[in-house]
Amino acid sequence: MIDAASMGGDLPVVPPKDNYINRAYSIKSWLLTKDHKRIAILYLITITFFFFLGGAFAVMIRLELLTPASDLVQPETYNKFFTMHGVVMIFLFLIPSVPATLGNFLVPLMIGAKDLAFPKINLLSWYILVIGGIFILYAVVAGGVDTGWTFYTPYSSTYSNTYVMAAAIGVFITGFSSILTGLNFIVTIHTMRAPGMTWYRLPLFIWSHYATSLIMVLGTPVVAVTILLVGLERVFRVGIFDPAIGGDPILFQHLFWFYSHPAVYIMLLPGMGVISELITAFSRKNMFGYKFVAYASLGIAIYGFLVWGHHMFTSGQSIYGSLVFSFLTYFVAIPSAIKVFNWTATLYRGSISYDTPMLYALGFIGFFLIGGTTGLFLAAIGLDIHVHDTYFVVAHFHYIMVGGTVMAYLGGLHYWWPKLTGRMYPEGWARLSALIIFVGFNLTFFPQFVVGYMGMPRRYAAYPDDPVWQMLNVLSTAGASILGAGYLLPMVYLPWSMRYGKYAPSNPWGATGLEWQTTSPPPTENFEETPVVTWEPYEYRPREEKVVVNKILPTD
Amino acid sequence: MSEHIVSKTIYFLIFGALMVLTVLTYWVALYDFGALNVVIALAVAVTKALLVVLFFMHVRYSTRLTKIVVISGFFWLALLIVLTLSDYFTRPGTSGVGGVPASRSTR
Ligand SMILES: [Cu+2]
Repeated sequence: MIDAASMGGDLPVVPPKDNYINRAYSIKSWLLTKDHKRIAILYLITITFFFFLGGAFAVMIRLELLTPASDLVQPETYNKFFTMHGVVMIFLFLIPSVPATLGNFLVPLMIGAKDLAFPKINLLSWYILVIGGIFILYAVVAGGVDTGWTFYTPYSSTYSNTYVMAAAIGVFITGFSSILTGLNFIVTIHTMRAPGMTWYRLPLFIWSHYATSLIMVLGTPVVAVTILLVGLERVFRVGIFDPAIGGDPILFQHLFWFYSHPAVYIMLLPGMGVISELITAFSRKNMFGYKFVAYASLGIAIYGFLVWGHHMFTSGQSIYGSLVFSFLTYFVAIPSAIKVFNWTATLYRGSISYDTPMLYALGFIGFFLIGGTTGLFLAAIGLDIHVHDTYFVVAHFHYIMVGGTVMAYLGGLHYWWPKLTGRMYPEGWARLSALIIFVGFNLTFFPQFVVGYMGMPRRYAAYPDDPVWQMLNVLSTAGASILGAGYLLPMVYLPWSMRYGKYAPSNPWGATGLEWQTTSPPPTENFEETPVVTWEPYEYRPREEKVVVNKILPTD
Repeated sequence: MSEHIVSKTIYFLIFGALMVLTVLTYWVALYDFGALNVVIALAVAVTKALLVVLFFMHVRYSTRLTKIVVISGFFWLALLIVLTLSDYFTRPGTSGVGGVPASRSTR
């Protein structure tokens, strides 16, 4: 058990006089900042807003499905709800979630740099996200979109009478935000590492962000162009995807999923980086098989581009093409499994403490295991034809994106909260909310596996009046309300802690990593003097076994 | 990064080559080579693109890292096209050449 007070030694913890938060107070100093830490905070506020907006649509979906009949809203309205839930959550929350907030804050700190390579471009990427968000908000407010977040043609390009163009332009614009973030991270990690910070001394958080950035730079342009083509067809009737004017709708699916399958890894890989940091810090051990975990990130990023056709087994792709993609998809499980095995091996004989971030990390491993293995069910063509477009798929990807990404995001937010704000969050409340989220999440999504396997299709406002189906849906809706309460708690106690929380010492967890060697919160320049790295990553060892000069050793 | 100065002669030579290839593009379009039509047109186009990338965009004189970036960009494009064609070439109802749906291939 790591006690926050003991880490500061005998001296009472005093906040640093000069830090990035109190350097200037004006609104202008925030909106025109070039400091990666302040930009991370801007992102944090933005995506929190979108998280609760997307969450509000989820509430409406779950309420409608409480009863078999489509009685709360019109089916057309329901279509808009699930579309806007998906669009807002994916493009405005999940894609920027970990990289744009924690990544933005921590990449320079972890490699011992003063900022990202292109601070102005970093600020620009936030503005681009906001502008894209405004377009999507306009689509939401003006009357919504009903195409599903996938914008499948020819419905999106020809038939839908909703605000497809506004939403599509919004998605197009937000893409540039993630391209710029990815570019910034790649250049920063290549060129701005502190002396002694070799590639194999980088924290695994950095490796996973590097891998994520590769996907952002190589994949995002494809979806941008694809959405542009949908716009061309919708506005100028150029025949690209609509068979009525000479196009091919399956071409859209190829182009869309070429980005959108790797995009799952944009959402997941940074979370995996967070988990690697949490598991090592709270089991006081070196990462088991560091290089395997590092290369598994790159493997996932690159190999993830070869599997997109598994979304198209029932939509007209040739059987041969489906066989190729099914075969390739099985292999993407290997690097993911390496990570899960290595995290668990790291736990083995570790001295584990169950602080809030660790609760999230352990939850992540379990959820990711379920989400990942059910993904293999879906990669099998025969089984996929049965469960395609059912709630089985919905449950699968929510286990990955909510059980994976959101858990990692919240775990990371708690773990680095002392570094972000200089204050400790209230541990008791935080553990309670982590437990509520764990219970609520399982209750929401596990019944969906069952009802999906029984054949309940996704994206319908009504379902057959079957007592078992309704029971499972009621369970799911009940779970969603518990989950919602779990998400609201941090919204109360985290802002509360910024004013009333205990002052955080520089290194409240006794963790390795350069970000813990500067003050909490760090000064605008991050480090008083550029650190020189003389130790290997994750050297959590007892003092007597290894002594390294200039190394802050973990105490316990 | 050190800037490599490319002499004007090289630029004009490349420009000339591009002009010649453009004329070639037009000229080959006047004849029907059957199945080779697409191959020839693409070969000329790829040559032109290579000249632009290597000389006008200075990739020939750049560091290994820049070359890796350029190559991986094209490699990813190739992934997109090749795996998509694994569907198109084997899908019932397509002509099998160029992935054009049979209903359109006669147009
Ligand atoms: Cu996929």
